[in-house]
Amino acid sequence: MGRKMKKKKRNRVIPGFGLTMGITVTMLSLLILLPLASVLIRSFELTPAEFWETITRSNVVGAFQTSILCALLAAAINCVFGLILAWILVRYDFPGKRLIDGMIELPFALPTAVAGITLAKMYSDQGVLGQALNRIGIQGSYSRVGLVIALVFVGIPFVVRSIQPVLRKLPPSCEEAALMLGASKGFTFRHVILPELPPALLTGFGLALARGIGEYGSVIYISGNSAKNGTQVVSYIIMQKLNSGSADYVGAAAIALVLLAISFLLMFLLNMVQWFAARRTQ
Amino acid sequence: MNCNLLKSQKLTKIAALGLCVCLLAGLLTGCGSSSGEASEEGSEVIELLNVSYDPTREFYEAYNELFSAYYEETYGVTVEVTQSHGGSGSQARSVIEGNEADVVTLALAHDITLIEDEGMIDEGWMDEFENNSSPYTSTIVFLVRAGNEKNIQDWDDLLQEDVDIITPDPKSSGGACWNFLAAWYYAQQQYGDDEEQIKEFMRALYANVLVMDSGARGATTTFVENGQGDVLIAWENEALQTMEDYPGEYEIITPSVSILAEPSVAVVDENVADHGTSEVAEAYLEYLYTDEAQRLIGEYYYRPTNEEILSEFSDVFDLDVELCTIDDFGGWDAAYEKFFQDDAIFDEIYNS
Repeated sequence: MGRKMKKKKRNRVIPGFGLTMGITVTMLSLLILLPLASVLIRSFELTPAEFWETITRSNVVGAFQTSILCALLAAAINCVFGLILAWILVRYDFPGKRLIDGMIELPFALPTAVAGITLAKMYSDQGVLGQALNRIGIQGSYSRVGLVIALVFVGIPFVVRSIQPVLRKLPPSCEEAALMLGASKGFTFRHVILPELPPALLTGFGLALARGIGEYGSVIYISGNSAKNGTQVVSYIIMQKLNSGSADYVGAAAIALVLLAISFLLMFLLNMVQWFAARRTQ
Repeated sequence: MNCNLLKSQKLTKIAALGLCVCLLAGLLTGCGSSSGEASEEGSEVIELLNVSYDPTREFYEAYNELFSAYYEETYGVTVEVTQSHGGSGSQARSVIEGNEADVVTLALAHDITLIEDEGMIDEGWMDEFENNSSPYTSTIVFLVRAGNEKNIQDWDDLLQEDVDIITPDPKSSGGACWNFLAAWYYAQQQYGDDEEQIKEFMRALYANVLVMDSGARGATTTFVENGQGDVLIAWENEALQTMEDYPGEYEIITPSVSILAEPSVAVVDENVADHGTSEVAEAYLEYLYTDEAQRLIGEYYYRPTNEEILSEFSDVFDLDVELCTIDDFGGWDAAYEKFFQDDAIFDEIYNS
């Protein structure tokens, strides 16, 4: 047995599996598993009835609806515009292309609170863009519209960065061949290019969605946080529980647990879909 | 092949060893930096961490200079004060969770009580310094746009249908609780013991709230920078600061009644014992009550608790306003339980 193991070890091309695996497990435990476990344990301090009561309170349910709905909408919008953005960045050369490509990552790099404050100002009815929106009867900041705008901002890099490599891999010769064979441009797009994209689009969609559901910094200034107008998001409710005079850790952990479960479920579903899709094409 | 394997194993070992050394070195330098700076060529430097809340940032920046100069002159010791600011409740939590604060200067006595409950601050801290350990106070006023178009003079004017109010969320901001309580106190004077009518008044008031930010600074930004609403229910010091920053654009309206907020200060006994800084920490808070510091407090628009110096600022503060205190609500804990807990009165009036 021992010999066999040794032999197996000897066959590896890259050495140091034991060490790197050790580091990986340690990092995963310290940064992800332990904190998540503590959330789980904290929320178990509640009896099932209390847990249920905490998470079914009308403002909590409302916040979940708001978060999920707005994140879904923002992720969908991002898929459309992310695809277009990735398309021009991969397929065309134009001055300033590098700059735009770099700017895509700005939402990752910029502190989300800075983005939130700026967006809130721009889209308020006194702001430049908000005034324009107001003229067509849409309230920007302090409404769900504002929330979606903020989530589009934080989610766009996920979609673009997921699609870019796939588009880059897709040789232009495929399109050329389709065109040579007499397919129209629309037909080529629908039947040659589009079928390659769903897995990448789905990944981007999933990441943007998961990020959007839990987002705090960028939405907190633009949403107005009104339970009445349905603009309180889940992360705000969690913060409320912690910041209020009672410092309700347990209630916050309970809500966080549900948020975690939803995110996990979404990612799981998306991975399942991808897995099935990948198997079908094999 | 065998040789290569040996080589790679050796490399792994060296890498592991290197990593250990790095970690160890990191640990050692980490420890070193926290303990090694006390004495430096004879001239002593003492570091002090003051954990405070959001709006005191500017005041303490100025105060730290004043205090350092005084302390160096008197004792020949340089004091470097580091400040930390954030929401009062979360700042208290950070101290409980291990932020090594020497002194805390928070918005509410209640937040300091939270730290006391963990055994980090000795009982009776409130009597350690004058005026219940509150060197400065503040109150709640209205900030309106120049001209006061909606003619807002008192709390009941906020109920007019076309008035848009900006005030933060009492469920997430300690400061916003004071706004609520001040309004409640006014209604109580109007309607006496008829709680249903008081609630009706509060319901109408909060129905006019246009944007409910998570904190006082956020609400000020919404009102000032983003131009939302007709009136901001604000801390007096924030309102006066805004007047100074935007001359001619705003007016302060002091309502007939308001509430006296007494931000408290305390030495974190457990931490100063560890750091050996208890003397400096006490001197730091004690010095807040001196005339120089009290005047500085007034210049930063907090009300000095020294009556004489307060009267020097009578042109800044409206000293005629009738002020209730948290004791009129049976203390902070009772008020919190009655008004702001889940399903308490605030939820009742705001969500229905």
